[in-house]
Amino acid sequence: MLNVVRAELVKLRRPSLSLSTFAAVIFVTSLVTSLLFLLVDSPEGNGERGIKIGRDVLSLPSGASLSFSNSAGLLGIVALCIFAAQTAQEYTYGTLRNLLVRQPARMKILIGKLAAMKLFAIAMVTLSAGLAIALSYLLAGVKDISTTAWSTPDARDAALRGFINVLIATIGYGIFGMILGLLFRSPISAISIGVIWNLIIEGLLSAFVKNIDRYFPGQLLSVVAQGGSEKISYQYALFTSYAFLLVGLIVVAFLFKRRDVAN
Amino acid sequence: MSSPLALDVADLSKKYGDRMALSHANFEVPMGSICGFVGPNGSGKTTTIRMLLGLISPTTGSGHVLGESITEPGKYLPFVGAMIEGPAFYPALTGTQNLTVLAKLGGFATDSIQGLLDLVGLGDRGNSKFKTYSLGMKQRLGIAAALLPNPKLLVLDEPTNGLDPAGIHEVRTLLRKLADSGTTVFVSSHLLSEIEMISDYLVMLRLGKVIFSGKTSELLAKQQPVIVAKPEKSLDLEKLAQLAKAAGHDAIIKDGAVHVTGTSDFSAELNRASFTAGIVLASLTPVRPSLEETFFEMTGE
Repeated sequence: MLNVVRAELVKLRRPSLSLSTFAAVIFVTSLVTSLLFLLVDSPEGNGERGIKIGRDVLSLPSGASLSFSNSAGLLGIVALCIFAAQTAQEYTYGTLRNLLVRQPARMKILIGKLAAMKLFAIAMVTLSAGLAIALSYLLAGVKDISTTAWSTPDARDAALRGFINVLIATIGYGIFGMILGLLFRSPISAISIGVIWNLIIEGLLSAFVKNIDRYFPGQLLSVVAQGGSEKISYQYALFTSYAFLLVGLIVVAFLFKRRDVAN
Repeated sequence: MSSPLALDVADLSKKYGDRMALSHANFEVPMGSICGFVGPNGSGKTTTIRMLLGLISPTTGSGHVLGESITEPGKYLPFVGAMIEGPAFYPALTGTQNLTVLAKLGGFATDSIQGLLDLVGLGDRGNSKFKTYSLGMKQRLGIAAALLPNPKLLVLDEPTNGLDPAGIHEVRTLLRKLADSGTTVFVSSHLLSEIEMISDYLVMLRLGKVIFSGKTSELLAKQQPVIVAKPEKSLDLEKLAQLAKAAGHDAIIKDGAVHVTGTSDFSAELNRASFTAGIVLASLTPVRPSLEETFFEMTGE
């Protein structure tokens, strides 16, 4: 399986993918962090879905990593696209047959691919975390927000918790993308369905149907990234979202193992 | 066949819906030979190759590759190199990177990559992206990828597609060299003329059925030599054909000439008989039909 990971990393490291992904991560993180700090006094709100996050909240030990946690949803979409494209491209390019000739154990291919993409997700999230914290310090100075509490042990704990939660959520979104990639076998179909589902269908239904967000993997992963919410506990969000993903993975793994590779 | 077998299939079939892509195929390929796998497009060649490589499961039948059952491809694929249905690689990666992906995946040393690129004539294009390659270069990269494991069995599906005549000659020479060094080569083509020169064995498919399987020399023995006689005046065509038939040979009129079944020994006799009958021959040529023509004769096309 280690051979599969090594092979996948050659593909993931290619500049056209890695540089554009990291550019997307930098853009998303910078945008969310800038909005959070620069609109701190705006009556329109400065957080996700127009939530107002005041100076007092930003001055807390968790303030340094708050913008990073707020970036999780968009980071997740980036991960969804990468995982879906990397999986489905093997069908569209016809390269799956080459992979299976060199490694006929299909589950090893699947697990190795997932492991390599998780490493890629770790790099994405690490970049985002570092950038978010650095920008937070910079913009806190601009907006005269106190950073005294940001260098305390509590702040380090909050940053570490945030990192782990965002990583879990980002990988969760990625797994969702991989499931769609294996199911639809086309990057365009997998990505468009994944993005529409997460950004539009889940969002709209959650706004109009009470408590339905308790059953949507995308919404639950977003709660995981935030470390829990008032309505949904962290534990519930984590276990329910990953239970959905596990069931999805089992189904597509079965299909992947049994399906003829005829293209 | 007494020599050990690189491939053998028995009653192998694959059905897609109501259509039999391959129907009860039986054939054997001995070790160290070059076996041409020939048939028109859609005759089931790629389906067979995919089953041999564990990519699709047979509907019925069994098969062995290098002595191992095709139900356990993990046991033999490390010793098999393959290019199936044209070269498939990642467009954004270079030739070298594409081979690196497959080398790492198979656990092969990556330091052989440059040598393989040199071998297939891509030594100076290894750092170019695959999407910039011509069709011929893509085929060459596919062959290089198939050679990565230093295979005991090389399976190539239409490897000369897109190659110019010089490239086709190079591939033939390469395959012969590999076979001489002990590698079994199983090469498919829809053009028998492309591989008849280098094939020791032939497996011929038509409409999903094996219509010939055996030594190329056995097929050559089925060839009927022909004498093509062209009279000076086309009015003499029928008369000339009758002369040949009277001497006990089959004769047909085709393309302004009489095609007489018979060895070149009959040429002199036919020439003499024509002269006696007052027919002046513009040309008299003994022709050995190609395997392709023999194949079409066998398949009734």
